[in-house]
Amino acid sequence: MPEAPLLKVSKLVKEFPLGGGLFTKPQARIRAVDGVSFTLSRGETFGLVGESGCGKTTLGRLILRLIEPGGGDVEFNGQNILSLGTKEMQVLRRRMQMIFQDPYSSLDPRMKVDAIITEPLRAVQHLPKIQRQKVAAGLVEKVGLRAADLDKYPHEFSGGQRQRISIARALCVRPELIVADEPVSALDVSIQAQVINLMEDLKKEFNLSYIFISHDLSVVEHISDRIAVMYLGTIVELAPAESFNNSPRHPYTAALLRAVPMPDPHCKTEPFPITGDVPSPIDPPSGCAFHPRCSHALKRCRAERPSLVEAAPQHFVACWLNEGKGLWVSKDIV
Amino acid sequence: MSPKILAIENLCVHFHLPEGISRAVDGVSFDLAAGETLGLVGESGCGKTVTSLSILGLVPSPPGRIEAGRIRFEERDLLGLDAERLRRIRGRDIAMIFQEPMTSLNPVLPIGRQVAEPLMIHKALSRSDALAEAAAWLDHVKIPAARKRLGDYPHQLSGGMRQRVMIAMAMVCRPKLLIADEPTTALDVTIQAQILSLMLALKSELNMSVLLITHDLGVVAQMASRVVVMYAGQIVEEGGVTDIFDRSFHPYTRGLLKSMPRLGNRRDDQTRRLHEIPGSVHSLTKAVIGCKFADRCPHAFDTCKQQQPELFQIRDDQRARCWLKQYPDRRKQGA
Repeated sequence: MPEAPLLKVSKLVKEFPLGGGLFTKPQARIRAVDGVSFTLSRGETFGLVGESGCGKTTLGRLILRLIEPGGGDVEFNGQNILSLGTKEMQVLRRRMQMIFQDPYSSLDPRMKVDAIITEPLRAVQHLPKIQRQKVAAGLVEKVGLRAADLDKYPHEFSGGQRQRISIARALCVRPELIVADEPVSALDVSIQAQVINLMEDLKKEFNLSYIFISHDLSVVEHISDRIAVMYLGTIVELAPAESFNNSPRHPYTAALLRAVPMPDPHCKTEPFPITGDVPSPIDPPSGCAFHPRCSHALKRCRAERPSLVEAAPQHFVACWLNEGKGLWVSKDIV
Repeated sequence: MSPKILAIENLCVHFHLPEGISRAVDGVSFDLAAGETLGLVGESGCGKTVTSLSILGLVPSPPGRIEAGRIRFEERDLLGLDAERLRRIRGRDIAMIFQEPMTSLNPVLPIGRQVAEPLMIHKALSRSDALAEAAAWLDHVKIPAARKRLGDYPHQLSGGMRQRVMIAMAMVCRPKLLIADEPTTALDVTIQAQILSLMLALKSELNMSVLLITHDLGVVAQMASRVVVMYAGQIVEEGGVTDIFDRSFHPYTRGLLKSMPRLGNRRDDQTRRLHEIPGSVHSLTKAVIGCKFADRCPHAFDTCKQQQPELFQIRDDQRARCWLKQYPDRRKQGA
């Protein structure tokens, strides 16, 4: 019997009103997250990829209940977090933390590093200052900064160092789950590698689980155990990282993989098959949201929306091709 | 060999800041042959953008100042030209595409006007002729229903469409040299792939030279025929694209290539650790005596810290700024 999942998300929905003000009705509603379900095991890294506007950031925030969902359930350790009151939620927040993309705007420029790092701790527990400082000193070392850095302000650090501070802040309350929203996207390649390695080390040391949100497929493939691809608010494919690159089943995943320019001059990318932009989520296409851009689209794709089904062991896809199993072999046939 | 269209010699651009003089570009020389695509790569702050801005005389001054060097474009020294002469080259013979299409397009002018403007200024076309030509170019860069869109404002377009408008604007006068500064960095991968193939098609159609500035080694491998790698204001390595990707010499280039995760490598990679370049780039205001990369280099020895290496010849077309060329036995294996 497998262990109960750390996190279980079912049919999560979030709509945002578009336009409208205090006295006027919104003109439309955008479904940013449209019925997303998945589970996360303890110690797992779950990668969430997709292009801008696909709802990956909104999903990350919904999981931590930083915004209220319009429908669906989020269970953390078997407890439905959506039914919790403010007080109970505050207690639970110790166990789930977030790392943001922009290490420049996510740190208060007027706070010193030790205050930044221990702020989550102050929110949940009253500790004497000396003890807080001890916690902070331990954490900065864990993330590869020096104790002397505790007395500095964020502007004195480079982007990579700031991201280390954000990581230390997230670790401060000893969480079980960290939602990392594009944690390395703003960093240079050489610094990105440092931060990714650091996150892997800390995961082992503190027995963490990650939800790793990124638009960078190579980074997600590297760090994740399982990967979910989002398109217009839904998960279109969910697969173990090993089979992600080799046997994508959804035509969108295949296209995403093909679009990544390979850092190898001997393997030139062929002309790109997919045309057009991501459609507007205000007025999403009927049926499968990807059908207007899909070269395989069938009649059924226009009319009916496919749901996520298990096409191969542990490999889920939402696509009507081949009786709901998606693409057969490899990305080469796209 | 094709004639050179652009030759930069010993370019030095300094920024005079309250905390000291920042040597953003510190003795950079390279040239670009007609019809060639040269990739200029490096991490943020390495001076690649400032180098490109110097070509068009766009370095913000003050605090920036071009202290030394020559930039020859078709036998003219661009640094010696007055503002009026430079204006006649800018947008006509040399065009530029910037990273963020939203901030580099004018938000209060319709896109048709913006694309037509270079034609009215440089080719003295009438407004209606220029607009007709602009529509043709917008169509050419695959903007759907281009003619109807002439009156649209930048905020009505998606990021990919805005970048197409930028490209149309750069192309209308059929420039000989295109400077593209991180042209796809702000775009999603599927849009990036579309824009890159559009740029490749236009390049061969117009037979222009392209100076492609990017931090993305994947983009460089796909687009460039020659590569210049910059670090802390200097060129550390240059060579043909296969030299750089298959046989790079400089520890920085090698480190960069090794530190990026690659799609499909997951299976073979048992350790699941990325290669790290330790530390970070030192401040450009700090005077460094030896090699600027020495404090992060796994091979560094005493000479590296005492004396700055020159760009040594490695192969026919490949050069690297590294003492390991003179002291090959100092290269540590496995590092």
